[in-house]
Amino acid sequence: MATVVIPALLRKFTDGKDRVTANGRNFGQLVDDLERQFPGLREQLIEDGDVKPSIAVSIDGDMGTGGVLEPVRESSEVFILPAIGGG
Amino acid sequence: MSESSPHENFKVIGTRPIRPDGVDKVTGRALYGADYALPGMLHGCVLRSPYAHARIKSINIAKALKHPGVKAIVTAEDFPVVKGVMAQVGELIVNTHYLSLNIMAREKVLYDGHAIAAVAATSRHIAQEAVELIEVEYEVLEPVMTAEDAMKPGAPILLEEVRTKLMEHRTDPGSQEGPDRPSNVPGHIRFERGDLVAGFRGADFIVEREFSTATVHQGYIEPQNALALWSADGHVTIYCSTQGSFNVRTLTASVLCIPEGSIRVVPAEIGGGFGGKTTVYLEPVAALLSKKSGRPVKMVMTRAEVLRATGPTSGTKMKVKMGATRDGKITAAEVWLAYEAGAFPGSPFAPGAMCTLGPYVVENLRIDSFDVVVNRPKVAAYRAPGSPASAFACETVIDELAEKCGIDPLEFRLRNGAHEGTPQPAGPAFKKIGFVETVEAIRDSEHYRSKIDGPNRGRGVASGFWFNGGLQSSATVNIHTDGTVSVVTGSVDIGGTRAVQAMIAAEVLGVAVEDVRALVADTDSTGHTDVTGGSRIALATGMAVYEAAHDALTQLKTRAAKLWEKKPHEVAFSDGAFTAIGNGVPPLTLKQLATRLARTGGPVTGRATLNAGAVGAVGNAFATVCVDVEVDPDTGKVRILRCTIAQDVGRALHPSYVEGQMQGAMAQGIGWALSEEYFYDQKGVLRNSGLLDYRMPTCLDLPMIEALIVEVANPNHPLGVRGVGEVGIVPPMAAVANAIYRAIGVRMTELPMSPPHLLKAILDRRNQAVTQAAAAD
Repeated sequence: MATVVIPALLRKFTDGKDRVTANGRNFGQLVDDLERQFPGLREQLIEDGDVKPSIAVSIDGDMGTGGVLEPVRESSEVFILPAIGGG
Repeated sequence: MSESSPHENFKVIGTRPIRPDGVDKVTGRALYGADYALPGMLHGCVLRSPYAHARIKSINIAKALKHPGVKAIVTAEDFPVVKGVMAQVGELIVNTHYLSLNIMAREKVLYDGHAIAAVAATSRHIAQEAVELIEVEYEVLEPVMTAEDAMKPGAPILLEEVRTKLMEHRTDPGSQEGPDRPSNVPGHIRFERGDLVAGFRGADFIVEREFSTATVHQGYIEPQNALALWSADGHVTIYCSTQGSFNVRTLTASVLCIPEGSIRVVPAEIGGGFGGKTTVYLEPVAALLSKKSGRPVKMVMTRAEVLRATGPTSGTKMKVKMGATRDGKITAAEVWLAYEAGAFPGSPFAPGAMCTLGPYVVENLRIDSFDVVVNRPKVAAYRAPGSPASAFACETVIDELAEKCGIDPLEFRLRNGAHEGTPQPAGPAFKKIGFVETVEAIRDSEHYRSKIDGPNRGRGVASGFWFNGGLQSSATVNIHTDGTVSVVTGSVDIGGTRAVQAMIAAEVLGVAVEDVRALVADTDSTGHTDVTGGSRIALATGMAVYEAAHDALTQLKTRAAKLWEKKPHEVAFSDGAFTAIGNGVPPLTLKQLATRLARTGGPVTGRATLNAGAVGAVGNAFATVCVDVEVDPDTGKVRILRCTIAQDVGRALHPSYVEGQMQGAMAQGIGWALSEEYFYDQKGVLRNSGLLDYRMPTCLDLPMIEALIVEVANPNHPLGVRGVGEVGIVPPMAAVANAIYRAIGVRMTELPMSPPHLLKAILDRRNQAVTQAAAAD
């Protein structure tokens, strides 16, 4: 199962846990499993079927471009981050 | 200036060819947006609010419409009501509803300079006269000018629909998340790890300070401009000064509710942007005036309009508490950041939080960061958005901790320095980075090893971190019949990137860089390309050019194989020549082969498109700087005596342009440190809307900035390149503050450290010393 690091302000959905585990072959499936375990979390991350524009996802240190289709491995470590822009 | 060490196998990369666009620019022949003209063209002007916060009760355009020469007037009533949709546009996350309201105020004005109406007339003077004939009735409201005031209970609310959202950059109108009451704080994020209490308990020294920074502008020389033609067939062509032609297309389409494909954006030469030209102000207005008048309409901002109504970067309020052991190990850090977003949500409060403390190993930390709306222009990106302010706070505290520990400030940074595997403040671990190498480069520099003598003189150091942009790029490499090459991308060239793209293609194809011409195409002539920003052009568009050149090379090998009746894998390429493996045919140079393309299948064009990932996905950049100052204790004036910047650039493709980026970033950082500041009066009206009063540094204010190129190759790039455009602006403010402290013993916690602010701090300290002495007696 992949490990998902929950942002501090979303830990109210995970009973205060900062790290949880979830199943899924891609980020979308991972969120589906998170939602089963922690209802309400999906709405914080997903909009119109894809990752919210304001959210970035780091999987094993890489911030991919695939949104919900971004592949996840059994051993993956997933961070949910704010999306950012440069100047 | 240092010389980079070119890779032994490179022939072009690492050299310093002459900039191909230089001659046109220095002879005045380069075409900027304001230089464009079309037959029958009208000139547009904007009516702007004289109030910082007011309700618009009525707008009467009747007199203006009757003014001779006036052909069209638009107000918010002419714009479609745009639904609040969060859209990712390149690196930007845009709320299209607020974008529309920023371009043309509807019901309320939210800052001095907010657009209310626009006029198109046969001359600019007539348009200006007509603007003054538009009658607007206001109900003036109390303005809220600072994050601190806007966050207070009972503060006047700017946007009734805003609720505080968690983990969000921006807010959607009507959102019910967070406390269900109107708020001036649309966003809040927190990064937290370890045990803060235990961390501070384990500290021998704790420093706790509050900081503030002023609103500052990017200070690009060329004002915003747009020339739009709405054709009878519904197609719109826009010529403008922008960092992202595809951004202009998407954003204009979203504001006007028309298909993106109906808009063609032609990017002109650009006279600076630094992040400020990644959004739109005039383009949709000029387009709508053109539609209404049936004629092309050109609009060019004045300097005052640029300062009053385009996006500067955030002013901030910050609090930092940090602890360290006696031997110089940081044990805990607690950081509180509030970024002013201007009139609409969307400050760089997230990257500010993600970057501060980025250079260090900090096991116990909590960083809270807030997005706060105030009655100032909506902020835009500015070089490493968010990072300079938060670095000013944390790097000043780190300097103080180093002093308390009795450790050299660079040594303190080395003892805590981040490296490959160090978790960033937001969580993910760094890949290969070169922070420590930048500190070592300054430590070992002639500058740092030299003595600084004389009264009121001091030396300060500081470091900074910023992400590298990835995003989408397209590139085409065309092989011409004479063996010359053209490279076509959609990346607007701000910092000499055309030269760099030409160098990459020349390196791959084994031709002289003078035989490669790089062009910037309009939105109908090249594949989608995201904005020139996020330090991403040499990096990500360079990657696309590298791949496109290799695509062309593969095709060329096939053509050579055809000539020699060989298989493509039997053709080798080295030193600019194709050879057949295993027989004695003479080698063919690319120029020779190019003359044979017609007989072997026709023209050769290499193509590449890619998405290099989100901002932060493809690399990280670090810089460390050293600044010597002399302070006049009677006036508070600071003179910069010497400054040096060391930056990890991965690989310097064109060292002169890399040094230029480092020097330019540092120059802007020194302006931010010492003189730049928006002055608003009590009514929220900007009082320094010209460059005489908005004081940017000139060449007379700065010594030559020494640039030390550090090359720790980026493992995510085929040439090892890192983005170089932004991180250099992150450390200078703290370095200057730390130098001032070393010079006169005054810790500055407010930017700018201009004579009035510094003199006040000097006098406060003197008075405090007198009071303490009196008490001791």
